[in-house]
Amino acid sequence: MSLDQLIITKFGADADHEMILNMGPQHPSTHGVINFVVQADGEVMRKAVPQVGYLHRAIEKIGEIVTYPGFMPYTDRIDYLAAMFANEGYALAVEKLLGLQIPPRAQYLRAISCELNRVASHLVSLGTMAMDIGAVTPFPYALRERESINDLLEALCGARLTYNYHRIGGVAFDMPDDWMPLCRKWLDHFEKILGEWDRLISFSEIFVERLAGMATIPAEMAINYGLVGPNLRASGVDFDLRRDEPYGAYPDFKFEVPIGKAYAGSHRGGQIGDCYDRFYCRVLECRQSIEIVRQALDRFPPGEFMAKVPRKIKPEVGEAQSRIEAARGEMAYYVVSDGGERAYRVRARTGSFLAMGIIEEVSQGLMIADLVALIASLDVVAPEIDR
Amino acid sequence: MPGLTFEQIHQKLVEKFGDAVGLLSPPKKDPFCVFAAPRLREICRFLKDAPELYFDFLEDLTATDHPKDNLIRVVYHFYSYRHRHLFIAKVELDRKDPQVDSLEPLWKAANWMEREVFDLFGVTFKGHPDLRRILMPDDWVGTPLRKDYVEAGGYLGISNVRDNPLDLYLNMDRQVRAEKAAAEAPPAPSTAPALAAAPTASPAPEHKAES
Amino acid sequence: MADNEIKDLKGYAHDPGASAALVTTSTNLIEDLINWSRRSSMFYLLFGLACCGIELMQTGGPRADLDRFGSVPRATPRQSDLMIVAGTLTYKMAIRCKLLYEQMAEPKYVISMGSCANCGGLFQLSYSVVKGVDKIIPVDVYVPGCPPRPEALTEGFLRVQELIKREKLKTKMRPRKQGSGAGYDLPEVA
Repeated sequence: MSLDQLIITKFGADADHEMILNMGPQHPSTHGVINFVVQADGEVMRKAVPQVGYLHRAIEKIGEIVTYPGFMPYTDRIDYLAAMFANEGYALAVEKLLGLQIPPRAQYLRAISCELNRVASHLVSLGTMAMDIGAVTPFPYALRERESINDLLEALCGARLTYNYHRIGGVAFDMPDDWMPLCRKWLDHFEKILGEWDRLISFSEIFVERLAGMATIPAEMAINYGLVGPNLRASGVDFDLRRDEPYGAYPDFKFEVPIGKAYAGSHRGGQIGDCYDRFYCRVLECRQSIEIVRQALDRFPPGEFMAKVPRKIKPEVGEAQSRIEAARGEMAYYVVSDGGERAYRVRARTGSFLAMGIIEEVSQGLMIADLVALIASLDVVAPEIDR
Repeated sequence: MPGLTFEQIHQKLVEKFGDAVGLLSPPKKDPFCVFAAPRLREICRFLKDAPELYFDFLEDLTATDHPKDNLIRVVYHFYSYRHRHLFIAKVELDRKDPQVDSLEPLWKAANWMEREVFDLFGVTFKGHPDLRRILMPDDWVGTPLRKDYVEAGGYLGISNVRDNPLDLYLNMDRQVRAEKAAAEAPPAPSTAPALAAAPTASPAPEHKAES
Repeated sequence: MADNEIKDLKGYAHDPGASAALVTTSTNLIEDLINWSRRSSMFYLLFGLACCGIELMQTGGPRADLDRFGSVPRATPRQSDLMIVAGTLTYKMAIRCKLLYEQMAEPKYVISMGSCANCGGLFQLSYSVVKGVDKIIPVDVYVPGCPPRPEALTEGFLRVQELIKREKLKTKMRPRKQGSGAGYDLPEVA
């Protein structure tokens, strides 16, 4: 439908005397190429309707054309900021179809690489959120720390961003000999940096006042709209796949799950599930990830890093679903096999896709600058939405 | 609260709805069961509201295309945060004109997921408030994720193939060689062979002496 | 150092192709001044579409700093003279890309960053990806990689600076025959 028809359908027939603005798709703060058609009365919005699909690269169709192992690099591109999780989800789904057991060393390597990737992804998310609000300084601080993580992961698997590290049956490479002391040194350094980050931006009075009480999403609404991951936990729902439906090496680790508790403080108008809660839950998750990596390095088991996988991967007829706790929420892979070398259908349900559905509802009554903060707090990335 | 297994949930559904709920598929891989399309909304309302089931999270809504069986199967994954159990259901639709009730009144998460299935498979969801294309451009023709989809060969004047760079290079090479040969060819026929013998004899030794 | 290598003030050794052009470049002072001022303050349009956009951000970040060349990111095409197309271009986005390119003021340059922007990348089998951004806009420098390291993008940036250094005032160098991008016109939109 054309833009005029869209406006009449979405905004009502009285849209003549209010501004209809177009935000995006090229815009520095939409976290990728997403478009918002905004109906605004001055600065206050009536509604913001997201239009997506500017990065639809047909990854699910390509899953039917390439072979099972050949699809692994494409899963990187589903969420390039947290590529290890996408790799792991697909590997888990195909391993379920094949009925493979993964050796413990491979599971620990997967967990370590995933948790480091979670920290890297959260750093970008927090840095861009601060930059979108107007605080430009924390962004280079976050990028500086992310460079160290990129170096560590590059030593592990050879790439900085789209890793293609996990394989069906294990991981691609073993840990180099001198990697563990480097990682431990970085973990100690990063804990101090988290303290610095808190002093710089998390507890900054202007930042907290700006985000407190804004775009509150109550728990019932969050579950109904299908929010997952830190967005769901910040609304007060105590659910984390790593603890409640564990997979891989996660049963061996002890960690806490941060949930939203109106961290902004009630004297500033903070509520459970507002933008500041979503921000601060991610900061706390970084701390927990460091704990998990430390425990994993302490108990690192010897052995194989790859199971015995047949030369040509041809699972039996059937379908399998795997769910992992990615950086942006729960990512569910659904793989249907018809007995051949190529999958019949590969489906990746991502957290950002469902988070976009709630923006139209929650953005009513916000100001345009608040829309930017809302998008940043939901931590959406365009490739997860469009695949 | 302990979660129920697939078999137990299936049992409860069969007790309430009888024939509308199909048999459970073999549990070797992920089991699923097929619902009858006309009673989908009733069954899903029961899944959502019944206290011992309480599926409050619509985890996934997607479709698979089966041209050999002439079917499009819409797949639903349900999850319950309260009881921590999972259920997978499918609905089978005719491939010529697939239509099914929308689950948007029950779970708002279905809104965007149904739009995606409409866009990529062509399934119409009755009762959806805003059914339009979501991932493809608005004037795109065709439903890309079907098995018999054929690309149109470009969009708005942009072609969808890229020339092989080796072919381009060979053409360029041939062209440059032809131009060079055309530039060198004219001087050769103009000098007569008789005159050429005398001048070349004397300048050649001088030239060599200079260099 | 061979005879045909020339080092410029920064100690950066050029390959023989570029240096041959430098030797024969005119020493017209005004041209040099204009080219120097243009290449030392290139503002780039933030056109990060996909994964390469993250490496573009990291290149502008603390370690591989693009700001030391005098270039800062701008959000609007009206204020930028370099467009770094970082990421996959889809058909839905292609019209907007052409619009943004036309909104930039001359002189303007384009870096195509990453495999997807160069030729479609690993999405050759996709139905919705433009196989190379040079089908739509003329490109000056192609930076290969998936994604290219910040060092690779910095090298591409320096190549654009060399291109500008060699420009004559009267004839602006504009690649006309690559792909078919220079000839693509926006379709009439209702």
